[in-house]
Amino acid sequence: MALNPAYLLQGLQMALAVALAPLLTGLVRLVKARLLRRRGPSILQPYRDLLRLIRKEAVIAENASWLFRAAPYLIFAATWVAMALVPTFATGLPFSWSADLIAIVALLGSARFFQALAGMDVGTSFGGIGSSREVMIASLAEPAMLMVAFTVSLLAHSTQLSTISETLQYSTVGLRISVAMVLVALILVALAENARIPVDNPATHLELTMIHEAMVLEYSGRHLAMIEFGAALKLLLYVSLIGAIFMPVGMAHAGDGPGALAIGFGVYLAKLAGGGAALGVLEVSIAKMRVFRVPEFLGSAFMLGFLATLLLFVSKGGLR
Amino acid sequence: MSGLAFDLAHLFAGLMVLVCFLMLYQDRLYSLLNTFALHAFVLALAVAWQAYIQDAPQLYVTATIALVFKAIVIPVALHRLIRRMDLHREVETVGGIGRTMLVGMALVALSISVMLPVTAAAGTLAREDLAFALSVVLLGLLMMITRRNAVSQVVGFMSLENGLILAATGAKGMPLVVEISVAFSILIAFIVIGIFLFRIRERFDTVDVGALDTFRGDLR
Repeated sequence: MALNPAYLLQGLQMALAVALAPLLTGLVRLVKARLLRRRGPSILQPYRDLLRLIRKEAVIAENASWLFRAAPYLIFAATWVAMALVPTFATGLPFSWSADLIAIVALLGSARFFQALAGMDVGTSFGGIGSSREVMIASLAEPAMLMVAFTVSLLAHSTQLSTISETLQYSTVGLRISVAMVLVALILVALAENARIPVDNPATHLELTMIHEAMVLEYSGRHLAMIEFGAALKLLLYVSLIGAIFMPVGMAHAGDGPGALAIGFGVYLAKLAGGGAALGVLEVSIAKMRVFRVPEFLGSAFMLGFLATLLLFVSKGGLR
Repeated sequence: MSGLAFDLAHLFAGLMVLVCFLMLYQDRLYSLLNTFALHAFVLALAVAWQAYIQDAPQLYVTATIALVFKAIVIPVALHRLIRRMDLHREVETVGGIGRTMLVGMALVALSISVMLPVTAAAGTLAREDLAFALSVVLLGLLMMITRRNAVSQVVGFMSLENGLILAATGAKGMPLVVEISVAFSILIAFIVIGIFLFRIRERFDTVDVGALDTFRGDLR
């Protein structure tokens, strides 16, 4: 049986996501280290970390339930499925027709749900603090994310990510202030969701203000590897999402020849490198904010998203 | 009208609304003043762009007035005032930034839903300009209501006036004489408020207008 080339491409995209995710994390760490005038670990260090963790013995607390052991795999799986729906180097891949932007938000939400449950499962106080903070951030980030989804869907007349990015690539959407506001809102949400610096510090392991690391403190071995891998994949997902919606240049389409695919691939790698470097610079240049200021931070993301939706109604003759 | 002309006008007017929200967000006086200067600067850009697309040279004068007086003279004067009155360390007690923001968003929604049916006959440019201008005016009022510091109430008043100018330039044909007299009345208002501020401070040792209420015996 001959494989349908579209499915082959989809498989390639999913494999690519897994292959590139640790590289992006490594790139962000390298950029940060270089900006601090440190030499920093090699860009391949995250791969080595993952390998080392997988080989190590997994130590599990005595009173951990099955949920504690299942959660890392569930988190990784949900994130990977969400990643498969985001257009990376080509739009219109077969999986992208089965679910839309709102489904991606829901998949990420369920991944976080399992993470919060697993954080509370062992019953240590750090896990509880981490879960409670994570859920607080989630309850603020998700409305903002949905506002972003509404605005771009109203612009493109579809919640399909492939359609959205093709619309923004070719149509004369023009200079819309809504698009700029939504971009800023999405960046703020992405920083909060990925536990990056103004909200959480990804480089810490023992600090009272940590959020993500507090939840996963009890994990070790292959479970920790899955969780770290899931986090790297989520970062890749958000960078790809921002690239697919706001910088859809050079993307190939379903049914394009290998030439267009190669261009799309190269442009995608360039986007990832740009996004990773920008994130590194941003993280070095700002300080982490207090946990109690996070609602203001995410509230402004929600405000921008909401304002963008409102302004869309007064733009050129209302909605087209 | 070409698409780009409209898009840029839309962009500037939308930016003004956004900067209004930024002003509501600031709780330090200096950063509030800087944001206000930005607001006036965006206003100057918006008016200059309107002058270009409407082919109305007198609007360039309006833009220049906005740029010189509101973006430079008044913020600098207020900066000096704050330094002289030694207020720059004061952190304002705003009744919850989050709540203010929510009310602000409701006001923007209100002004859009009011303006769109009313101006159905007007051109698209005037329509969206009026909707934005009304939201800027309402946000300026909100700023005056939620702040207790007299200096930030002045800033709220000035940003309200920015909204009025935006409305006037969007709807074609405000005479230049009116425009200049409005600009100067704002300047006079600024001077009067400045004197007023010193008087409040002399008497109550604070510029918190809550002190006036207590003095009258209204509150507490």
